[in-house]
Amino acid sequence: MVALSQKLLVTSMEKPSRRSPQLSFDQVFRLASLSSALIVLIVLAGIIGSMIYGGLPAFREFGFGFITSSVWDVQRDQYGAWVAIVGTLTSALIALVIGVPISLGIAIFLTQLCPPWLKRPVSTTIELLAAVPSIIYGMWGLFVFAPLFAQFVQIPVSSIVEGLPVFGTILYARTPSGVGVLTAGIILAIMIIPFIASISRDILDQIPPVLRESAYGIGCTTWEVVRHVLLPQVGVSVIGAIMLGLGRALGETMAVTFVIGNANRLSPSLFDPGSTIASRIANEFNEAIGLQLNALMALGCILFLVTFTVLVIARVLVARVKMR
Amino acid sequence: MSSIAVSASSAIGKTAAANPDALVRIAVRNLDFYYGDFRSLKDISIDFFDRQVTALIGPSGCGKSTLLRTFNRIYSLYPEQRAEGEILLDGQNVLSPAIDVNELRARVGMVFQKPTPFPMSIYDNIAFGIRLYEKLPKSELDGRIEEALRKAALWGEVKDKLRQSGMGLSGGQQQRLCIARTIAQQPEVILLDEPTSALDPISTGKIEELIEQLRSEFTIVIVTHNMQQAARISQFTAFMYLGELVEFGPTNKMFMNPTKKQTQDYITGRFG
Repeated sequence: MVALSQKLLVTSMEKPSRRSPQLSFDQVFRLASLSSALIVLIVLAGIIGSMIYGGLPAFREFGFGFITSSVWDVQRDQYGAWVAIVGTLTSALIALVIGVPISLGIAIFLTQLCPPWLKRPVSTTIELLAAVPSIIYGMWGLFVFAPLFAQFVQIPVSSIVEGLPVFGTILYARTPSGVGVLTAGIILAIMIIPFIASISRDILDQIPPVLRESAYGIGCTTWEVVRHVLLPQVGVSVIGAIMLGLGRALGETMAVTFVIGNANRLSPSLFDPGSTIASRIANEFNEAIGLQLNALMALGCILFLVTFTVLVIARVLVARVKMR
Repeated sequence: MSSIAVSASSAIGKTAAANPDALVRIAVRNLDFYYGDFRSLKDISIDFFDRQVTALIGPSGCGKSTLLRTFNRIYSLYPEQRAEGEILLDGQNVLSPAIDVNELRARVGMVFQKPTPFPMSIYDNIAFGIRLYEKLPKSELDGRIEEALRKAALWGEVKDKLRQSGMGLSGGQQQRLCIARTIAQQPEVILLDEPTSALDPISTGKIEELIEQLRSEFTIVIVTHNMQQAARISQFTAFMYLGELVEFGPTNKMFMNPTKKQTQDYITGRFG
């Protein structure tokens, strides 16, 4: 073994070397690309570090109560995240409830039922929808959608459900302005549909055609093929696609700030204004000082933690199908 | 003649001799097939006999799989593919728009090149196909599943793990599971599209034995690239080339004394 390696050493030394003794271009190139990669890690670590540093005074002041308190009073310098957390989760949940069935419908239609001539226009439209800047959704939501929503949904529905148990509370608009948690959820649904639909479409496209053929081959209808064979086959990966959409819905700021109404108190009605973590931060950051700024930073930490967790789970689930 | 033909002829001795008076189960008449504008089957007319194994052989792209895929109209999943002509299954034209394709596919079962277990338990893989058409009490369903697994020579290997996923079986077992799934629907015809091309020799041997046994109940059409396999398991062989049916006849005649020179060249390995 030793003799062999010595012999190799000798032969390699005998060969004329292409390397110059100075720092070669190859080494410089390697260092440059390494430092580019490191920058990403440093930036991420820096953001996390400064968020925690900024938010720490608020956590220290209010303790665990920061999360559970629904008081957000700038005059009295009392801050609690509960209203924003509830608003964030509620609007994201509404977005999923509306968006997921539509997205899966789109993905199934495109991969299983769509005539070839329609496939490209629909696919392209969905990808264009994903490219619309969120400020456009916000403006459209506030100036076009909200008034229509108030006139044709909030007012009629409120008059129907008034006085009813449960529905009379969650679907009653005291001031039917069109903006509110439900409006934000609907706008978010429109925003996440292209993501969930296009990822689900790619996942369904990865299923080998022969599996689909054999399901049809025993006499299944399209519904039975999709329900009993294709969806179970991709199962967890579609959940991953949904969670990618959820991650976006949780962190979306601009569009939500426009249409959610930015109320600081908790209302049981979905038609009433509320706020999300992101919209609260966007609204108050300009004038925030002292403890208020720390509280906003702490809100940011919570949002960061939640979206990060959701995205990690989503990535793991989506990656599952590719390993098969 | 080359050694392939010799070994083929010795294999034929072992299988039952072809019965020329057998009932015609599928009659193909003047069948043309198009992928878009490309005509991939040209005026095919051929009979498939009841309770006989018919092998379709020919070089890649000759149209043998395409022909197989017309019998259960699985090609119609793809809008650009169409068939013209007549395929009479017990005298009924399966290409007619009046035919319910889902019922047709329960009558004409198909097994594919690669094993395709569904993402469910071994039990449900078979129960799924039965439940599509019949509502059976549990005890009867269990019986049907056991019967299908026994016929597919898989019962002994899976009887203790029926609730486990079908994806966990070996390739050969998965393919026998797919055959069991097909048998369980009690079809009249079983189509096999290169069913052993993804399997090792031992699994291949088991599937071939299985086909030999299934012949007593079903009409079987098998596409194969392996000529010894065709010689071993079939009673009739059809040789196709460039979308045309070149020659069709009893397997022993096809392999030992083909009429057409093209057939002889292919069987002896001179082209293809």
